[in-house]
Amino acid sequence: MSIDLKTIKHISKLSRISVDDKKAEKLAGDLNSIFDFIEKLNELKTDNVEPLTSVAETSLKLRSDEVKSKNLREQVIKNSPQENEDYFVVPKVIE
Amino acid sequence: MSDITKQSLSELVENIKSKKLSSSEVTKAFVERSEKSKELNAFITEDYENALNKAKTFDEKPNLDLKLPGIPMAVKDLFCTKNLRTTAGSKILNNFVPTYESTVTQNIWNEGAILVGKLNCDEFAMGSSNETSFFGNVQNPIDKNLVPGGSSGGSSSAVAAQLTPITIGTDTGGSIRQPASFTGTVGLKPTYGSCSRYGIVAFASSLDQAGPMAQNVKDCALLQEVISTYDEKDSTSIDFKRNEYSKELTKDIKGKKIGIPKEYRVDGMPKEIEDLWKKGIEYAKDCGAEIIDISLPHTNYALPTYYIVAPAEASSNLARYDGVKYGFRAEGENLIDMYEKTRSEGFGAEVQRRIMIGTYVLSSGYYDAYYLKAQKVRKLIKNDFDEAYKKVDAILTPSTPSSAFKIGEKTNDPVSMYLNDIFTVPVNLAGLPGISIPAGHDAKGYPLGLQIIGKAFDEQNILNIAYAMEEKINFKNNITDWWIK
Repeated sequence: MSIDLKTIKHISKLSRISVDDKKAEKLAGDLNSIFDFIEKLNELKTDNVEPLTSVAETSLKLRSDEVKSKNLREQVIKNSPQENEDYFVVPKVIE
Repeated sequence: MSDITKQSLSELVENIKSKKLSSSEVTKAFVERSEKSKELNAFITEDYENALNKAKTFDEKPNLDLKLPGIPMAVKDLFCTKNLRTTAGSKILNNFVPTYESTVTQNIWNEGAILVGKLNCDEFAMGSSNETSFFGNVQNPIDKNLVPGGSSGGSSSAVAAQLTPITIGTDTGGSIRQPASFTGTVGLKPTYGSCSRYGIVAFASSLDQAGPMAQNVKDCALLQEVISTYDEKDSTSIDFKRNEYSKELTKDIKGKKIGIPKEYRVDGMPKEIEDLWKKGIEYAKDCGAEIIDISLPHTNYALPTYYIVAPAEASSNLARYDGVKYGFRAEGENLIDMYEKTRSEGFGAEVQRRIMIGTYVLSSGYYDAYYLKAQKVRKLIKNDFDEAYKKVDAILTPSTPSSAFKIGEKTNDPVSMYLNDIFTVPVNLAGLPGISIPAGHDAKGYPLGLQIIGKAFDEQNILNIAYAMEEKINFKNNITDWWIK
């Protein structure tokens, strides 16, 4: 298979990473060589194999629904690139 | 006392406990050596002044019952440290100052250790040479312009150069064991679920594990004992009986069955790696172990599986870097434009590549062909180990297919870079513990490591085997301090 520039542009849109033409070409080359390598998996028949989603063979522990940390507002917004009192600020989304 | 930085962790702990050394003397010695070692670029953030103050406070009222009393320690910059910048080696987190502490580092400070700084690493731990870091290459103290391995490259360089007596790294596909092998140090990747992932910048959540990196096996066991705790803040933390690994450490491994997997004899493997492995087998026999040939038939499929599973999980984990909640933001004409520019300017090339791979394999129409397929093959790889462990107690392999390479040698060929992890990746996919110990040198005098892989939760057993073999191997690291003017 081969990943073309159109596909790269599509993935870049899904990934929310802007990609210009030069970068798209470089990425297409890299991704094609990586996928050539990944295609090896098709040698294996896996129809009757259960997928492994986690190696931790335990069921999730339950805990009581109690508030353990509160009043974290200041901590939560402390690292935001642009803050306005108690809110995260983003570019205007409504015209 | 002279040559404080040459002492192992265990020696330093003993000397502080017997009051032959103070925490201030020890901390000052490591800080001074680190200040003379800037050329290695092992640190991203230094916190020397605070460390010296903390050492002074410790000495005023020393609690000598702790396991790491007043021991200075630098840690990989992937662990969130409260009020000290944590970057994950990325521009996108360049100005991120956590308001909370990771569980693993909290466990270390609870035992009396003192943070001296944050160590360089590949960006978001994605790399095998520390060359993807936004903060530049790290030098391997073994030789100039040699990579220290990765992703925990700052950690391996700092331990080998004795800038910190011990450290912690993280290992998603080999990121502790491969750099340990490249620098002549010891690195343990614990069983998945042994060390809490809370507060560690996430790469691939079903594979990531924190672990100790040290100058010797005993130090490694001591730190593992400190960092491995059950933690309800990590939903995949496992509640099992943890040993006091350093106390229960023994060189008596008589009768232990050690498996040699024939599939690890890969095409094009240099003869010196093959020879090292043979030597390793002899050392294990000398220690009284029984050697048994085994087969792990799906070994060759581990890397392709990894390069679907890890990027898929990474693309999902890294979706949180959107320029809104924390980290770097680039200005854009509108919200979407801001997201796209932030991520394009904030992430480096390798991270972008992996996000794109991950997004692609999870995207509509490709999920079954790639992601589901990889999860199925992952099951086959785990089954191989389960089968082998019916016959053996541990498995012995080389840690890496080569010794350390030159900076820049593999940066233009992602696949050749990925091949570095061929012997370490299967262990992460199966969630098992693995330890790399230095076992010899190649023709250039660069260190080579052997890996011992254990059953899940059987860290004690592989530490014991490593401890016994370490004595027989009697490895000496050849560090000339070339970077100190």
